Amino acid sequence: MPDFSLITQYGDRFWDGTLITLKLVFLSSIIGLMIALPLALARSSKKRRYWIPAYSYIYFFRGTPLLIQLFILYYGLGQFPMITESFLWPVLGDAEWCGLIGLTLNTAAYTAEILRGGIRAIPRGEIEAAKAFGMSWGLMQRRIVLPRALRIAWPAYGNEVILLLKGSALVSTITVWDLMGETRSVFSRTYALEIFLYAAIIYFLLTFVLTRVFNLIEKRINRYLVCY
Amino acid sequence: MKIKLTLVTVLFSLFFFGAAQADKIRIATEGAYPPFNMKNTKGELIGFDVEIAKALCEQMKADCEIVAQDWDGIIPGLLAKKYDAIIASMSITAERQKKVSFTDPYYSNYLRFIAKKNSGLTISKSGLKGKKLGAQRATISAQHLEDNFRKTANVKVYDTQEAVFLDLKAGRLDSVLVDAYPGYDWLTQPDNSAYDHVGDTIDINDKIGIAIRKGDSALADKFNKALKEILASGAYKRINGNYFPFSIY
Repeated sequence: MPDFSLITQYGDRFWDGTLITLKLVFLSSIIGLMIALPLALARSSKKRRYWIPAYSYIYFFRGTPLLIQLFILYYGLGQFPMITESFLWPVLGDAEWCGLIGLTLNTAAYTAEILRGGIRAIPRGEIEAAKAFGMSWGLMQRRIVLPRALRIAWPAYGNEVILLLKGSALVSTITVWDLMGETRSVFSRTYALEIFLYAAIIYFLLTFVLTRVFNLIEKRINRYLVCY
Repeated sequence: MKIKLTLVTVLFSLFFFGAAQADKIRIATEGAYPPFNMKNTKGELIGFDVEIAKALCEQMKADCEIVAQDWDGIIPGLLAKKYDAIIASMSITAERQKKVSFTDPYYSNYLRFIAKKNSGLTISKSGLKGKKLGAQRATISAQHLEDNFRKTANVKVYDTQEAVFLDLKAGRLDSVLVDAYPGYDWLTQPDNSAYDHVGDTIDINDKIGIAIRKGDSALADKFNKALKEILASGAYKRINGNYFPFSIY
């Protein structure tokens, strides 16, 4: 029989943790998307000086576990006096900042690759039409390529944000009091396994709301595709 | 048919009798809490807890197996019968007693703050206001910090004690709260000479016991009897002396 008094006793800690998790996911997905846009363009470029750096970045962040990236950012950088004594330390010395940076860099790599897929899926005719209108490269990217790519890639991007939400639980290992961090500490003093069930329900509800929001946006941005 | 049934009964009783006869006690420890339990370079478990466990087993004439288990899952593992006892410097707390039983205490624990020498910190709610304080998650120290300083200071909890000390040295923490004896052990290492205790020893009436499953009172009795015997025989004192120049009982 689950012990519901746990909810009243530790409810505020779950709430605090949920807010931190939401904040981290919201900020990292938005900043990550902003990094991913130019990254995807560079990755799709035919010029070596653009696609090689972009590809290396994506390869590194997709090829290593997020947990290791967070550990390197948090514990690794803290080992060097060069960094601990520099102007960067107020940011890199802070666990939440490290978590935000780690999640952002990670999701940017995945999102860039999703967007690249979107860019490649744009019908050739649309690009040719833009060129025929005499659009410059920049204008074409801004008006045709990126908006189209984002629309095509949107469902896959929604998936990435959901993965990001669940991946964000890893920041609890670098002392951030996110939902998982609070959950683990509450569990460690109660040993009540239902604590994890409550956390799972909260993550589930967050995911549920996220998918709804993404579906609504998808319907809106792709409404021109609907046949009447 | 009847013969078959008898045969099955005999086999079954042999099986259970055999299991009971073997008398193997599986004991879990963490293996990451020097000098109480840790792994040597060969990966063998050593430390005060491990030596006490071996001395108790010898005293009980029991066949024991000592296994390493991460701290987070150490009580769930006991409940799942992966092992029969936990000898891992576990504090006897009311919250834990809802899930498991404890033997008589085999040593007493205190908490101490550690900070850089001449940090000028005063250990009080106002003295530590806004300071960054660290402890290992799922420990009495972490709970003490969460209960007393969560609202006024910046409390950070870590998965391992090593990570807590690492962040103290990186300058991310102003002070750490740690069990007195592992803290003493850490301070004696030459790398850490820039650090010292701050404030008084915090006595939170913390007694360290052996955790066993509820209802396993036969095993508890055996451990308690053996503990009294090694205290009387001097075996306990000898093990204590291997680690600390003062008694920790």
